[in-house]
Amino acid sequence: MTHVPDTAVATGPVLTVDDLGVQVGPVNLVQGVGFTIGSGERLGLIGESGSGKSLTALALMGLLPEGLRASGSIRLRGVPDDLLGTGERRLAKVRGRTVSMVFQEPMTALNPVMRVGDQVAEVMLLHGTRNSRAEAAAAAVDLLDRVRLPDPRAMARAFPHQLSGGQRQRVMLAIALANDPALLICDEPTTALDVTVQAQMLDLIGELAAERNTALLFITHDLAVVATVCQRVLVMYGGRVVETGDVYDVFTTPRHRYTEGLIAASDLSVVDGRGRLRTIPGAVPNGGEFPDGCVFRTRCPAATTRCERTPEWSGPPGHGFACWHPVGEDR
Amino acid sequence: MGLYLLVRAAVLVVSTAVASVVVFAVMAVLPGDPAEVALGVNATPEAVAAKRAEFGTDRPLVTQFLDWVSGLPTGDFGVSYVTSDHIGPQIVDRLGVTLWLVLFGMLTALVVAVPLGTAAAVRHRSVGGLLLSGLSQVGVAVPAFLAGILLVFLFAVTLRVLPSGGYTPLGEDPGAWFQQLLLPSLSLGLVQGAVLSRYVRSAVLDVMREDYIRTARAKGLGLYRALWRHGARNAAIPVVTVLGLQLATLLIGAVVVERVFTLPGLGSLLLDGVANRDLLLVQGTVMVLVVAVLAVNFLVDVLYAVLDPRLRGAR
Repeated sequence: MTHVPDTAVATGPVLTVDDLGVQVGPVNLVQGVGFTIGSGERLGLIGESGSGKSLTALALMGLLPEGLRASGSIRLRGVPDDLLGTGERRLAKVRGRTVSMVFQEPMTALNPVMRVGDQVAEVMLLHGTRNSRAEAAAAAVDLLDRVRLPDPRAMARAFPHQLSGGQRQRVMLAIALANDPALLICDEPTTALDVTVQAQMLDLIGELAAERNTALLFITHDLAVVATVCQRVLVMYGGRVVETGDVYDVFTTPRHRYTEGLIAASDLSVVDGRGRLRTIPGAVPNGGEFPDGCVFRTRCPAATTRCERTPEWSGPPGHGFACWHPVGEDR
Repeated sequence: MGLYLLVRAAVLVVSTAVASVVVFAVMAVLPGDPAEVALGVNATPEAVAAKRAEFGTDRPLVTQFLDWVSGLPTGDFGVSYVTSDHIGPQIVDRLGVTLWLVLFGMLTALVVAVPLGTAAAVRHRSVGGLLLSGLSQVGVAVPAFLAGILLVFLFAVTLRVLPSGGYTPLGEDPGAWFQQLLLPSLSLGLVQGAVLSRYVRSAVLDVMREDYIRTARAKGLGLYRALWRHGARNAAIPVVTVLGLQLATLLIGAVVVERVFTLPGLGSLLLDGVANRDLLLVQGTVMVLVVAVLAVNFLVDVLYAVLDPRLRGAR
């Protein structure tokens, strides 16, 4: 890997998201999401299914499904314009080059009729980071070796169906890192994998990101994964950020009631009176059906009439929560 | 891959053998004795018996079948009961015309269906996409012979730019050959193109929703380039299936269209054979059509293996 990322502008955060929203028609699926990721920093994004994590990631990539719109501001270091409002052509030049993504489902994310090596080489040829097909093919084999696939030369000639799920996810990681992006987005990259290979995959992502000083946005619903991989964490519920801070602080002294519930539900050593694991009561509402005011109030044990108003953000932007009745404060 | 092709080839051989038995059996059980047909209603039983002996139709069916079938691989389809001509050369002669017609018809269908179906899929939420879908729906409802008559009316009768029928062999005058094949191919192909475009549309729609297209876009490919580079081959797999079925339909459609445009193809040979009660000629022509359909199916299977690597390793 001889390519050196832009060091000329290597100051300030890699990614700055401000007041990001995702709408379908008049319905807000994500709103008011803001955060920054510094160079080489690893940010975890957690929340239950339906909390808007993946939509946030897809909005960052400019790959929202048809019919969905994003609003707000997304700025990426090295890209002069706001990503939102940038034309598709210029956005395509950023994808796979400055920011890349590993998806949740490795079994279907690769083209079944194209050789693995060609799929890795393609992303380099596309952005011109390798000069010739031969050079890109050699680099692809090298990358497959870096993601610790056995016999990378044979792997490059294989078709995706000849690989296991874990191996395919390694290929996806090789594709994502091929051009040394400034930011790597991982959307539940280990969720579909066997437990036995999850840990290896996490180690690999962490190691390769650290090697290249790649900033990481890591989406998961597994708190243990966040604790292993990330330095900071962003907790989402109902399309909003409800709490953020250093992983250690948030996990040991959560302030938002939702975070508290998530952490309690993750503790497999605690059971209730009937010997059942702790859960958050109720279910995540469908998109657009969250209550106004505090989005969590319909499931919150501490909710009062005050929660019908949207809670203000307490604390500095990178460190705080949005709750009227935070943990540790009496009503 | 070798084993897969071997199995497919074996299927081709076996089904051809079965088809020859079926074609022969159907002709054998049809009422009507060729000898009686040849001599007319006033013939004496003795004369009929003599004629049967001449035709060889007094022999056991199995002997007749083996006699007929053993000639097929060398192109010997026997001698017509009606005209006493050898059938083989006639079929070979006519087959050329029909193959050109079907080939051009298929090309027309593809040229119409692929861009139309893709556009309808990519713009499936817009008015234009709906309009394209509606248009293909109308096209599906038009029979090939009607399309032929309308095309003749427009281009031959009103505009007088193309001939309304006839055939000049390619070797004699390529220009005339092409002009005379153009309208028949269009009438055959446009309708099939409308049918095919619906399959192309749904194949492209399916592919557009695939994760690997999202991956391709995340790599930095624009939507159209992603669809072309990563979607085309995947979408081709279901389309090839339909194409194979359609080629069979085209062969049948050619029978009718050849009549409309007075093309001397296999279809008109078949219809002439039926009209003249030329049993052996009909038998031979049907056999050739059946083999053509089977051969197309074999080619489709081969194409699958070329397109989809998952088929090559397995089986």
